[in-house]
Amino acid sequence: MDLKKIIILISASFLLLSTSLRAEPEKECFEKVSRNIFKFNKSFDKAIFRPIAVGYNKLPERIKEGTGNFTSNIGTLLTVPNHILQGNWRLAGESGASFLINSTIGVLGFGNPAAKMGLKNQQEDIGQTLGSYGFGAGCYFVLPILGPTTVRDSFGRVVDTFIDPFANVTLGDRKLLNISGSDIDYYSVNGASAVDFRADNMTNLDSLEKNSLDMYAAMKSLYLQNREKKISNTFSSLDEDDWSEFNK
Amino acid sequence: MRKLINSLVFVVLVLSSTNAFSYDSDPKNFINELVSDAIKTLSDKNISNADKSKKIETIALENVDINALGMYTLGSIRKTLDQDTIKKYKSLFEKYFLKSLTSRLTDYSKQKFEVVSAEQKSENYTIVNSRIAEGSSQPEIKINWRVYIKDPTKPLIRDLIVEGLSLAKTQKEEFSSILNSNNNDIKILFFKLEEFINN
Repeated sequence: MDLKKIIILISASFLLLSTSLRAEPEKECFEKVSRNIFKFNKSFDKAIFRPIAVGYNKLPERIKEGTGNFTSNIGTLLTVPNHILQGNWRLAGESGASFLINSTIGVLGFGNPAAKMGLKNQQEDIGQTLGSYGFGAGCYFVLPILGPTTVRDSFGRVVDTFIDPFANVTLGDRKLLNISGSDIDYYSVNGASAVDFRADNMTNLDSLEKNSLDMYAAMKSLYLQNREKKISNTFSSLDEDDWSEFNK
Repeated sequence: MRKLINSLVFVVLVLSSTNAFSYDSDPKNFINELVSDAIKTLSDKNISNADKSKKIETIALENVDINALGMYTLGSIRKTLDQDTIKKYKSLFEKYFLKSLTSRLTDYSKQKFEVVSAEQKSENYTIVNSRIAEGSSQPEIKINWRVYIKDPTKPLIRDLIVEGLSLAKTQKEEFSSILNSNNNDIKILFFKLEEFINN
């Protein structure tokens, strides 16, 4: 591990520890800056990302599906250790089996035969693992290009690169089972994943922009709710207390 | 999030029906009938978008608790407002809500919908669990409907929870952000609502 990574890790650790376990996730770290970054991200999206996604959407469905499967399968490499860290051994086994099946029978992950066998593969990361340990999200902010995040989740992103086997064989220049890769491989896969996500959300994001009074706030709410749901691994957002005043 | 926004389309489905007939009072059947009816209508190419919009408005007014939804989304500031201001807000919110729904009409594509189960959470609410079947370009989407059952003969929709994300909560936090950024000045929110309605 080089000095730069150590400094990043220590800084991120400090930030994380400076957030209390009960930190209010809706608090902003620096809203004005975040709103400006959000504007920049929207412009970047409009000028570069969206046009790429529009072109991608014109590709045959099988190619798009294969791309989505491929990037998702690589993402499983990060999911497995996080399941283990969360003590979810069964899910770790299922994700591991899913990766092996899709990488072999599924031809390097372009197919998804594991899903047909009933093997679920939900994506997990360090941010979720920390959340499951009880760490609060900390304040919310927006990163250039990468988008919405919190102190906990941004810290998680950094740590992810250390425990993700794919990041290790690409960014880390290590060999795993005699497999190695380059930085370009890492950024290509993550770029493809982002384009695939953007393309899938073409109509949705257009609709959100068209119908929001404050798109920044809507995105923030959706991001935080989504992370909360992923951490609790439940499908509910049923705050009975919120509605109790209206039950008359 | 894709699932969430994708499913906003289903709000349209729910709220656009061939007529304003009342539906079954059992929450599960209520949702099932409403959505089936809506899908039938929206799939009908003989109906213009303008007519569909009108029907959306009619059905929304009858089957969604817009009043409670509006007050919920306004947040705690509602307790500090006088009656005239509340009245104005309710009027603006209703127009905003209806326009927001109708503007999503064009996003509709035929999707297979199924009510899976229903669970009464309290004397006031039943959560109806449903799903939109996996299609060629989207995975399965789970949608929970918060149905207010205080009056058992007239269930009302209060919220959609799409893949765990509450639409009402998102709207509430959007309004809250506008208010917080403007010293809780309700006039700014009114201005933004009017701007949306008139554009």
